[in-house]
Amino acid sequence: MILTYALDFTLGCFGIALLLNLWLLLRGSNVVDRVLALDTMVVNSIALIVLYGIKSGSALNFEAAILFAMTGFVSSVAFAKYLTRGSVIE
Amino acid sequence: MMRRLFPHPYLSLTLFIVWFLLVNDLKLGSAVLAAFLAITIPLLTGAYWPNRPQIKSVPALIAYGLIVFWDVILANIQVARIILFMPADRIRSAWIPVPIELRTPEAIALLSGTITMTPGTVTADMSDCGRVLLIHALHAPDPDAVRDDIKTRYEARLKRIFE
Amino acid sequence: MIGLDQITEIVIAALLVIGGIFGLIGSFGLLKLRDPMQRLHAPTKATTVGVGTALLASVLDLWIFEATLTWQELLVIAFLFLTAPITALFLAKAHLHLTVRHEDIPPTGTKRPWATYSTDDADEFQP
Repeated sequence: MILTYALDFTLGCFGIALLLNLWLLLRGSNVVDRVLALDTMVVNSIALIVLYGIKSGSALNFEAAILFAMTGFVSSVAFAKYLTRGSVIE
Repeated sequence: MMRRLFPHPYLSLTLFIVWFLLVNDLKLGSAVLAAFLAITIPLLTGAYWPNRPQIKSVPALIAYGLIVFWDVILANIQVARIILFMPADRIRSAWIPVPIELRTPEAIALLSGTITMTPGTVTADMSDCGRVLLIHALHAPDPDAVRDDIKTRYEARLKRIFE
Repeated sequence: MIGLDQITEIVIAALLVIGGIFGLIGSFGLLKLRDPMQRLHAPTKATTVGVGTALLASVLDLWIFEATLTWQELLVIAFLFLTAPITALFLAKAHLHLTVRHEDIPPTGTKRPWATYSTDDADEFQP
């Protein structure tokens, strides 16, 4: 019973967090801010996937979470590397 | 013979365990595949990192992990308080150069990762010669105290573990 | 009388709420802090720990109420905690390169400059 309320609260928290990130993504002062906002969006989305896993009571979503974590990390690093050095693979 | 088959024993062990965590069940088949990956991946990539990291004391490494875990929790409460309750114009951020005595790349990587995850600091850059770390502190009225804290709390322990 | 199930339920609920609050603080900090370098602090710490706590709650929940013990979440937690400092370092270097002038940060104190501002391509790292 209490778990259902806690789950809804947490889903709400991460949903609002995602919206705040979207705000920074649109209104960020420079490109580093936007990459940071995207990276945070990825992490918050992982949280949403996992919470959905609790809600539906299945363990199948975690592969999606792992893949999301990996692609999110690689894309943020590649973006930052491109901004610093002008190329991704040297 | 053992040295040529397992150029990086810690990497092999980690790969073996991580594969089991990934497939998420205990079967003989996954053990065979895990062993295959644990042997071939270090052999194929060994040419890129010829030096094996020296860990002098495993208990000290575990103790270090626990200390960092505790500090991560404390650091988060601290950062959360700064974000929530401190007016933005009163936050005093500072760049702090920290000279380091560690020389092994693994120890420096671990130190900079620890600095990023713990109290209000982010590792931003390193000097070209690898002897100074540039750290950005979120709220540091006393930058020297932050530097000394990093040196005594983390660097001294890492020096005992790796060098 | 409170049973064992209720205690675990309360623990899981507490973990979930803490995780949600930290996730929200991380994203709120992104908007509140003024300087781009300060903004880097919020998601690397608060968001990572928030998501880590939520993952821990889901491990406990599936283990106790669905009787399926999954280890993959632990892998996700480890991965997030290992990659957060690396992403932060790369973004900090990108920020230094793009917007911060060489004179605005303190000198290294050695003969060599900071790696981001180094002009020659030679790798001077001497372990």
